[in-house]
Amino acid sequence: MAEGLQEVAPTTGAEQFQAGLWRQNPILVQALGMCPVLAVSNTAVNALTMGLATASVLLASALVISSLRRIIPAQVRLASFVLVIATFVTVTDMLIEAIAIDVHRALGAFIPLIVANCLILGRMEAHASRRPPGAAALDALGMGGGFVLCLLTLGSVRELLGNGSLFGMTVMPAAFEPWVVMLLPGGGFFALAGLVLLGRWLSGTPARKGAGP
Amino acid sequence: MTLRAPLTIEPAPHVHAGTSVAWIMLHVVIALIPACVFAVYLFGLAALLTLLVATLSCLAAERLLQRGSAFTLADGSALVTGLIYGLTLPPALPLWMVAMGGFVAMAIGKTLFGGLGSNAFNPALVGRVFLQAAFPAAMTGAWLTPLAAERFVTLPEATLTGPFLAPASGSYDALTGPTPLGDWKFAGGETSTFDLALGFTSGSLGETSALLLLLGGLYLVWVKAANWRIPAAILLTVAICASLLHGIDPQRYPSASFMLLSGGLMLGAWFMATDPVASPLSAAGCWIYGLVIGLLVVLIRLCSGQPEGVMYAILLGNALSPHIDRWTQPRAYGAAGGGS
Repeated sequence: MAEGLQEVAPTTGAEQFQAGLWRQNPILVQALGMCPVLAVSNTAVNALTMGLATASVLLASALVISSLRRIIPAQVRLASFVLVIATFVTVTDMLIEAIAIDVHRALGAFIPLIVANCLILGRMEAHASRRPPGAAALDALGMGGGFVLCLLTLGSVRELLGNGSLFGMTVMPAAFEPWVVMLLPGGGFFALAGLVLLGRWLSGTPARKGAGP
Repeated sequence: MTLRAPLTIEPAPHVHAGTSVAWIMLHVVIALIPACVFAVYLFGLAALLTLLVATLSCLAAERLLQRGSAFTLADGSALVTGLIYGLTLPPALPLWMVAMGGFVAMAIGKTLFGGLGSNAFNPALVGRVFLQAAFPAAMTGAWLTPLAAERFVTLPEATLTGPFLAPASGSYDALTGPTPLGDWKFAGGETSTFDLALGFTSGSLGETSALLLLLGGLYLVWVKAANWRIPAAILLTVAICASLLHGIDPQRYPSASFMLLSGGLMLGAWFMATDPVASPLSAAGCWIYGLVIGLLVVLIRLCSGQPEGVMYAILLGNALSPHIDRWTQPRAYGAAGGGS
């Protein structure tokens, strides 16, 4: 039998959960899964759907892979992870198509592409495959939660400034001039940069040495 | 024997031409004055307010963002960015948009890259390109008729729109006809060369009088505040390409004089592409850089859905200039061939 994957030292559950929400936030700190973050965060609905889809795939895959961690041979672990992830992505894809066909159309290829999201594969490799299911689920919930929060913030800001609305409902006064750029890819970069800037500022990360004159 | 005068020891350079950043910026301001005055004469109060708000917003943003750093307003770079940025705007743009673009120019175009001397792109163009992407309707519609009778007593309705509010619907339709380039692109009309050269046309503040801009540009080159190779390469490339295309199919392609004198080419070639930070260093690099910008201008004007492409051409040229610098890096004296 192939040698099992190495276990990592356990931390407390609460710590594990909080890491993904803030200290190790996948978007603000780890900068993982940036492609869907930039591509589909142009409206709050798209962003929320994408975030929830990714988070649920993350949670389900973490549970399954953590349960199977003693059976999966180390040599073919990546292929095994992708197989499990792809299964749940297919389920999620069909689910979204059944519930909200419009959002499914708007998200396009980005739902199937969750398979290739490096955040999910990264958590499987670094965490779920080395920890018992409970710890893996907590980690997935924290990371997924952090991902959803950031994506929802980006989507809301971009929709609010770019279209004057939130979840499709107009909230800005009628005379508001929308900033079209926020709906375009460029606006995604602006909003993401602003969010990371805010996150760094709130967490008190010191500025890089040598930057500036 | 003892020395009478104490010897002073200081690091190089020992010979200094007497120029400084502030000196260069002063000359750029002098070179821009004729174009600014003409813009105010042509479009009246609206142009004056636009230039004023553009400059003040850039100065305020620089002051705010560079608090506690070594940069000061005294080097004049924020003033120059503000003036150039103001000249790229349409005259009837709401003033809050002008101020917002000025802030973006200094914040994203300059401070984020590390301030004066580190900006990868021309800050004035960053401000304008942001406005173009954010408010395309206003940026392509806020033209004024030149020499309107009441231009010094009334303001266009859109100018004083409240902050973050849209100009009243239809407020642009009543204002004017198209710019020469827009007219050519969408209606097939060709403005006379005489009007283009003197600048009695509709357009952004600084894209009207080709002659005055040419004068300012030549002054800059004369005092050596700008590298003459860059505008020369851009204008030559545009002239040659336009002549060739016009010779092949005069119905479809406009003449070289029209291409040279219309739109923002003169302002861009003399004042924006020559930004000493965002353009290449070597002589050969400047020629390549100008050639690329010239080709892009022709390509965007003639083959895209946009009537004018000088802004994008220069920004793309800026993006390329560090690479051009690497390709054209001269071999150090005495170093073996082949280089890095």
